[in-house]
Amino acid sequence: MSNRKNHEPLVHISKRDGMTFKKALIIRIGAIAAALILCAIITMIFTGENPFGIYGAMAAGAFGSVRKTWITFQNVSILLLIALALTPAFKMRFWNIGGEGQVLIGGLAAATCMLKLGDKVPNGILILIMFAASVLAGGIWSVIPAIFKAKWNTNETLSTLMMNYIATQLVAFFTVLWEVPKGSGKIGIINQDTNAGWLPNLFGSGFSGSKYLLTIIFAVIITAGMFIYLAFSKQGYEIAVVGESVNTARYVGINVEKVIIRTVFISGAICGLVGLLLVGGINHTLTTTIAGGQGFTAVMVSWLAKFNPFIMILASLLIVFLSRGAGEVATNFGLNQSFSDILTGIILFFIIGCEFFISYKISFRRGGHKK
Amino acid sequence: MINFALLIPKAVVQGIPLLYGSTGEILTEKSGNLNLGIPGVMYVGAISGVIGAFAYEQGLSRYPENGFLAVMIPLLCCLLGSFLMGLLYCFLTVTLRANQNVTGLAMTTFGVGFGNFFGGSLIKLSGADVPSIALSTTSKYFSAGLPFADRLGWFGKIFLSYGFLAYLAIIIAVFAAIMLKKTRVGLHLRAVGENPGTADSAGINVTAYKYGATCIGCMIAGLGGLYYVMDYACGVWSNDAFGDRGWLAIALVIFTIWKPDIGIFASILFGGLYILYLYIPTGMDHMELQQLYKMIPYVVTLIVLVITSMRNKRENQPPAHLGLPYFREER
Amino acid sequence: MENRIPAVKLVDISKRFGPVAANSHVNMEVYRGEILALLGENGSGKTTLMNMLSGIYFPDEGQIFIDGNPVTIASPRDAFNLGIGMVHQHFKLIDVLTAAENIVLGLEGRLDIKAATGKIREICDKYGFEVDPTQKIYDMSVSQKQTVEIVKVLYRGAEVLILDEPTAVLTPQETEKLFDVLRRMREDNKAIVIITHKMHEVESLSDRVAVLRKGEYIGDMMTKDTNAGEMTNMMVGRKVSLNIKRPEPVNPKDRIKVSGVTVRNEEGILKLEDVSFTARSGEILGIAGISGCGQKELLEAIAGLQPVEKGSIEYIEDDGTAEELIGKDPRSIRDMGVSLSFVPEDRLGMGLVGNMDLAENMMLRSFEKGGSPFTDRKAPYELAKNVVEELEVVTPGISTPVRRLSGGNVQKVLVGREIASAPKVLLTAYAVRGLDINSSYTIYDLINKQKQAGVAVIFVGEDLDVLMELSDRILVLCGGRVSGIVDGRNADRAKIGLMMTNIGGGNNE
Repeated sequence: MSNRKNHEPLVHISKRDGMTFKKALIIRIGAIAAALILCAIITMIFTGENPFGIYGAMAAGAFGSVRKTWITFQNVSILLLIALALTPAFKMRFWNIGGEGQVLIGGLAAATCMLKLGDKVPNGILILIMFAASVLAGGIWSVIPAIFKAKWNTNETLSTLMMNYIATQLVAFFTVLWEVPKGSGKIGIINQDTNAGWLPNLFGSGFSGSKYLLTIIFAVIITAGMFIYLAFSKQGYEIAVVGESVNTARYVGINVEKVIIRTVFISGAICGLVGLLLVGGINHTLTTTIAGGQGFTAVMVSWLAKFNPFIMILASLLIVFLSRGAGEVATNFGLNQSFSDILTGIILFFIIGCEFFISYKISFRRGGHKK
Repeated sequence: MINFALLIPKAVVQGIPLLYGSTGEILTEKSGNLNLGIPGVMYVGAISGVIGAFAYEQGLSRYPENGFLAVMIPLLCCLLGSFLMGLLYCFLTVTLRANQNVTGLAMTTFGVGFGNFFGGSLIKLSGADVPSIALSTTSKYFSAGLPFADRLGWFGKIFLSYGFLAYLAIIIAVFAAIMLKKTRVGLHLRAVGENPGTADSAGINVTAYKYGATCIGCMIAGLGGLYYVMDYACGVWSNDAFGDRGWLAIALVIFTIWKPDIGIFASILFGGLYILYLYIPTGMDHMELQQLYKMIPYVVTLIVLVITSMRNKRENQPPAHLGLPYFREER
Repeated sequence: MENRIPAVKLVDISKRFGPVAANSHVNMEVYRGEILALLGENGSGKTTLMNMLSGIYFPDEGQIFIDGNPVTIASPRDAFNLGIGMVHQHFKLIDVLTAAENIVLGLEGRLDIKAATGKIREICDKYGFEVDPTQKIYDMSVSQKQTVEIVKVLYRGAEVLILDEPTAVLTPQETEKLFDVLRRMREDNKAIVIITHKMHEVESLSDRVAVLRKGEYIGDMMTKDTNAGEMTNMMVGRKVSLNIKRPEPVNPKDRIKVSGVTVRNEEGILKLEDVSFTARSGEILGIAGISGCGQKELLEAIAGLQPVEKGSIEYIEDDGTAEELIGKDPRSIRDMGVSLSFVPEDRLGMGLVGNMDLAENMMLRSFEKGGSPFTDRKAPYELAKNVVEELEVVTPGISTPVRRLSGGNVQKVLVGREIASAPKVLLTAYAVRGLDINSSYTIYDLINKQKQAGVAVIFVGEDLDVLMELSDRILVLCGGRVSGIVDGRNADRAKIGLMMTNIGGGNNE
């Protein structure tokens, strides 16, 4: 026993009791700044350009022209909408990582309506049907794992993940079934000549952003709506209670199963709406990659924003800026488009890591104690 | 009729990357870490191997060909790359106690981007006119089957025709199964994933086990990426070719209810389902049905997940502490 | 004994959790061949102190000596290596593993379950345990699990054995068995520390008693030289004369009629069997019993939180009409117009939401009121302010998360909310657990006020003295069955004690 080495733990970590908002903000901004510097260094290595040049190019990629700016805002809106959709589920501690699949199914519903009803009903009614179909489809798709969770406590992270790939294959099935022309494996632009089921451009063609405005308006409305829903509504309060403690929820008579299913339905329904916007408003076609991994990115956006809809705007903007900016850098310097994923990854790692310093306190023990 | 002598080898080569991925992820999950970064790790493993092989082939202009180096350089590069990914995941989730889902997804974004970026850069460097890079010199060492494979008819085809990494995958899976079931390390690992508080008070170093299992798990998963590109794809890297196999590997973990030995057969089954459509005569009129066959692995996995949670048999549940951070002085 | 080197010596040990001092400057010794009873009220720092000995926590200050050598115990493994083993109140076992696997967990060397099984059987034979090494933990009863824990500690060759409230979950027979085992270990020259609240156990088992109060070491004495009264005085720091007010019940009427209620928990274990009684308005019905004998299930069954297998629970209105409560959840009970409040045992895990602020916690009961889809934030805010003022809750503000308040203040918030709805029935479980004397009296006063207002109070308590001074009638539970109901004013402490361990207080002792 005497030759056993006994030593005190040098570093002691304890949970913080809460940090001032300002201090937490400084830590987060510091992390983002550090990440941006590292990104600049990495980009410098690959391009030989100075960091200001790189961020200049990035800014130009995201906001370099009126059109680019509109597209940036449109992309922010889409990512934001998916993040908002996932948020109520997350607040309830239901880890819905099935946003990707729910968007796809919403898109599939919209495309189905456009293809099958495009020449049968007036456009206005068609769009209403599409809206209902997408929202319902996304909702139902998300409710399936929610029922499993409510009834048998099935691990929702894993089940929603599986639902993503089932959705992808379902969309793949229909794209091949309805491919135009035969053998291409693509649906192509739907109703190109009639524009049936295309969501309207607001304020007519005279306005430069008219093509992009609808998505942005939806994002603004749902951001505000989601904030109010979560912070002030009775249902939002129920979600918070269920998320914090299922036992407390039962104790005050909240029907936990019902709240889980209802909340996840809302989550899926908004994802379905995004599917509608992507198919009916932006792409006018359906592919398996229409969600483009944003269902997963949105998980991170929502979590990084600590489920606050307004901070989600900033988080989405940051990620879209990086992705579009890095795309521009890649084109300018002959790099590959995937460069943006690397930069996004680095930024995320820094932000994820810095949370530790907000929630925990590290203290070093005084050295030189008796041996 | 389906020709099994033809289908089984195809299913096996499809299944091997999944087997690597799922064995690695099982070890990781047994320590309570749900690493959704596995798809990214497999990309990084693959591209690291490719970079190693590329460097090796660049050196061929000056040095003579050497089979040992041709295998070892990509292999070590792959292991190093995926190890670093595992380390990153552990640093964030274990040391900094970050949310595992978010960290995993960020790693997948990063890893896939990393793979495609460097893949793309190498393609440019090699000046190829097709968007892919072929490392056939190195690849032939990876894809060489066992001797006599050609001479033993169907037997040789089904059992002996694979590259060494395929056999290694099965050996690793068997070892992992024995390790988990029979050894002290396995017992401790299971304890950490089930209840880290208890494991900690029993004197098990929870942090070390989480780091160890996750990093080794990532290295094993990375080998799946290496196998895919160097053997299955004959040394041809093209961006995004690896596809969603990483996610399928995570599905496989659930399907096998966290048992690497079942994983050996299940991965071949999944591999078979992945390519079954090629062998079922759908006719040229119904190509779309192929997509439904590809859906089967995911549907089956979901059903397994739901049924195990319905039956609620304790042994078949995910590790009880899966996905949760551990902090000793939580009060 | 004084000349021997103590097996364990604690010198000047202190430990703080944030602003709370769990232990300050504790000096204590434990010798081989003795059973030391460590006494103290809830929150007096007994468990924290022992956790530092077993490597769960690390002391902020002080030095530990084992067999005279200064040591550092930074982890549970260090503790094992020094021959210290602790059986925690909450078992540290892994459900999906077998007993043998749990016992060898954390050891080094090649895994040989067969050899381990042999050694486990040996230990069991030596001390008289009954354990099946191949049985999975999730198939075991509480006492079997505890046995596994003790065998685990012995398997590691522990010389110092610490047991944290080991009898709280045991039946009297199981307790006797455990004590026999512990006595055999004492003969085997091991040092044993047992944390307990129960005086009769201290008297029948221990050689020496050490007392902690509010984290400080008060003193020790030989068990044979002291008595329950003196020990209690040392624990609480003054002579216990509780003097809780007990107003006469005014016009009591039957309010809750429980008849033949049988409850099984999720694992199918019988928790309540054929329980019948009536609670009356304007009266406090105390519930006594050792912990885990069905108090929690009884209250939850009345509150609509526990599925009932058999029997009926009726709510009786002033006009004598009766309504069945079984099969209804808390919401439908409320919708029936039955005003029932419940202060549960698990304050932050059930009664309140730790991460929400005071106002939001007030909303838990009232948020559904009104037809608007939005919550009314103003009324709960006002209510929170009232509760803070009237009950003298110490808090930085209304918007402070309740988990940051101290135990007594948390309880005031919870009780304050529950009585704010002017209930007809008030259920309380361990309402003063972990509270200091002042807070406890505030709570007693609040409960008495409810009683005087005509509320039917059901008060589950763990301190018999409090139950006897507060309750009008005391219902004694024993192993899920009603052992008897006695009048609170003429209750005999010893008789109730017997009733808690034997149905009807039968004289098998």
